[in-house]
Amino acid sequence: MSSAATPRSQQRWLLTLLMGTMLLLCLAPSLRLLMEALSGLGLGSEAPLWRVLASPRTWLALWHSLYTGVLGMLIALLLGGLFAFAITLTDVRGKGVLMFCFMLPMMIPPQVTALSWLQLFGPASPLLNSLNIAPALGAPQPLHSGEGIALLLGIQSAPLVFLALRTSLVALPRELMEAARISGARPFQVWRHTVLPLTRGGLVAGGAMAFVSNLGNFGIPAMLGIPAGYYVLPTLIYQRMAGFGTGVLAEMAALSMLIGGLALAGVALQQRLLKRSRFGLIGHAGRAHDLSLGRWRGGVEAGLAILLAAVLLAPLLALVVGSLVPAMGVPLTVESATLEAYREMLGRQGVTRRAMRNSLWLAGGAALTLMVVCLPLAYRLQRLPQRWQGLVLSVIELPYALPGVVLAVACILLFVRPLPLVEVSLYGTLWLIFIAYLARFLLVGLKPVTASLAQLDPSLEEAAQLAGAGLWRRLSGIVLPLLAPALFAGGLLVFLIAVNELTVSALLWSAGNETLGVLIYTLDQGGDSVLASAVAVLVVAMVALLMLSLNMMASRLPRGVIPWRD
Amino acid sequence: MAGLSLAGVGKRFGEHAAVSGLTLDVAAGEFVALLGPSGCGKTTVLRMLAGFEQPSEGHIRLGGRTLSDASRHVPPEERNMGMVFQSYALWPHMSVADNVGYPLKLRGVGGSDYRRRVGEALAMVELAALAERRPQELSGGQRQRVALARCLVASPAVVLLDEPLANLDRHLRAAMEESFRAFHRRSGATLVYVTHDQSEAMALADRIAVMREGRLVQWSTPETLYRQPHSEWLAGFIGQGSVLLLPGAVPGRWLEGDALMAAAEEAGVQGRGPVLVRPEHVRLGERGGLRARVERAVFRGERYELGLRLADGSALLAYSARRLAEGSTIGVTLDLGWGLEPEAGTPGRR
Repeated sequence: MSSAATPRSQQRWLLTLLMGTMLLLCLAPSLRLLMEALSGLGLGSEAPLWRVLASPRTWLALWHSLYTGVLGMLIALLLGGLFAFAITLTDVRGKGVLMFCFMLPMMIPPQVTALSWLQLFGPASPLLNSLNIAPALGAPQPLHSGEGIALLLGIQSAPLVFLALRTSLVALPRELMEAARISGARPFQVWRHTVLPLTRGGLVAGGAMAFVSNLGNFGIPAMLGIPAGYYVLPTLIYQRMAGFGTGVLAEMAALSMLIGGLALAGVALQQRLLKRSRFGLIGHAGRAHDLSLGRWRGGVEAGLAILLAAVLLAPLLALVVGSLVPAMGVPLTVESATLEAYREMLGRQGVTRRAMRNSLWLAGGAALTLMVVCLPLAYRLQRLPQRWQGLVLSVIELPYALPGVVLAVACILLFVRPLPLVEVSLYGTLWLIFIAYLARFLLVGLKPVTASLAQLDPSLEEAAQLAGAGLWRRLSGIVLPLLAPALFAGGLLVFLIAVNELTVSALLWSAGNETLGVLIYTLDQGGDSVLASAVAVLVVAMVALLMLSLNMMASRLPRGVIPWRD
Repeated sequence: MAGLSLAGVGKRFGEHAAVSGLTLDVAAGEFVALLGPSGCGKTTVLRMLAGFEQPSEGHIRLGGRTLSDASRHVPPEERNMGMVFQSYALWPHMSVADNVGYPLKLRGVGGSDYRRRVGEALAMVELAALAERRPQELSGGQRQRVALARCLVASPAVVLLDEPLANLDRHLRAAMEESFRAFHRRSGATLVYVTHDQSEAMALADRIAVMREGRLVQWSTPETLYRQPHSEWLAGFIGQGSVLLLPGAVPGRWLEGDALMAAAEEAGVQGRGPVLVRPEHVRLGERGGLRARVERAVFRGERYELGLRLADGSALLAYSARRLAEGSTIGVTLDLGWGLEPEAGTPGRR
């Protein structure tokens, strides 16, 4: 008996060790940050935390963060709410295409969004110049302002509101709306009296998510705000780190704690609201409703299409036009159109190829590593008691919920000194970015796997166990084949997000270790917006391609794994 | 009060015809049941009556008013109907009284008139004490009564009930059947009741429309449906009984006494037709014209149910007051049989 028990307990021990390692990876940076931020409190007013709190720049950036975050949230609520209600409740046509297009901004990296909007407006806009409607030279770029930042934040986070609201709309039983109609309510009254009160929870939760996402966004306020001297908390941290290096780490840790606390409060609020708004709804749910719009249908469809054209197509068009002109300010004509920028970026500039290679290695490596880790991790997690499961999941969620800048500062703090014992320094190498990505995207890779595993009938594995299969045998022969689509989807999602990532790498990169996200940002900051546009066009094409390939796997995945599909 | 009439109503979902060629005339104030196995289209008919679906062909009228036809479609909110859903469909964000009063609010009733009518509706279903509760705090039967009160409050011309007892346990069902009967008596509304449970339909309805695969099979009173079903399938669907293949059987005709016995004893003759024999028309005795072997005897409380096998191999169901040994032989006399429409093709294959 005892000889049989030993390998089994060894296997479990291995799984537990893996889980412990991943938890340490997720928790250590935040703990180190907390320690640093609270260090030297004994110094009184000279402590880093007090110095940060005493600085008027902190409070101005905090105010800017809140202003753009809240304004962006309102825009996201408006856009996301409109699309969610229209697509889920009514009989508009082309729902699949509308949804895909609406979700695209969430997957396009923020610095690309910002760049494409910059190409759309302003006196140097290649698109406006080509159409001969550009404002006079010297006219201000309207996007270099708090409102401009908020608008783009809103567009980028609107899909979050859409998703949260759509989830609660789909869960709304059809009968509740039908009962209202047969009671004499017109479609608008059904929406006002029944749908809105019952889905308010989803709306508010989506708003909270949008706010948290806006708070942590770096790409948009960096591209739009820094040139105008408009700083929010993440860009303030970036600016100070870029200017003073590791010397101001303690202060930056305090700043990070401030914004991290704000973000976590938002997450907690959102989870509380979601829990409270859950009514015990019974009836036939799980499918879209189709309130007939009658003669209004064509108008609503046109309105949605125009809105999508304005927030998605026009900037992307401007981006493409911007990548085809020989220089900023030159109008695009048949004669002036040139692929020179692409040739320059792909052929001559070593930095582009290096950045692309770095990003592909980082994203591919992180995706593969997480795919390998996630199956045993999800398996061990499922066998934990309920209470521990929740706790472990919140630890795993921590690096994802924290703003990227905060995680970056935390990782610098953790690895700025050479590792003990081996005396190897990770600071300034790609490995530091890699480790940060592992921590940040573990949740993204894990979620589809846990969802799939929860759907798996335990008797499948029990039958294999009775047939004599050991743990590794069961994992590889039964669980892995059944979870493979989810595992792969998780890996693809990680790759999709990581390959364009800017926020974490903006603080962690060093010469020779550029990533694609950093490249677009630095090119644009250096005035090479045509070259930046060319890279951005390639990035958008890659994103759309990856999303489409995920789409094709949709039928083999549990619901909700692919964010832009039901 | 106005009668409800459906003429040639059909509904297609893509290629699939959920309902076809349905013609029914329901008198004002009548209590009718739509009965059929699941997937027979009865719920689609109800949803067309409510206006949630538009018929692909035919028309629906209420009194002189056309509710739906190929060109017109009156939306549900303008039909002055009420509906009780299988899941009750009570709004969880409103109190019981608000749920009940909602149709009145939409009709612009307010003030003391509103309070009086909500009070009356709640009193009628004996829930006045629970007016301020939330629906989630009520039991299944109470929720169903709230849904009834919500229907009642606006005095609709037609009340539609979609399997309203499916989610309740057996004891509650009997009590709720009684509330439906009382509700019908007091409101005087036309009631259309969808169910797959034949005993529910028989107990409640004035007339029953049996549907199968989207078509009307028979439209008659419960008594006629039980005694004189049209077809072999219907005979098997409603009540218990056996179908014997007998010579000289004519669809829609009774076979009685000696004629029936003579047909049953004649074997090997061409031109047989199906005849329904209910167990209460099978007499057992030592003598009797037919010999049968007892294959099983099942105790049902008030009596035993016997599965018999006749000499020619056909099965026969009978009741008995006492247990008979399985395997023993017994004499059988048939009193009454009903000639059935033979099933096209193999029964149940379509």
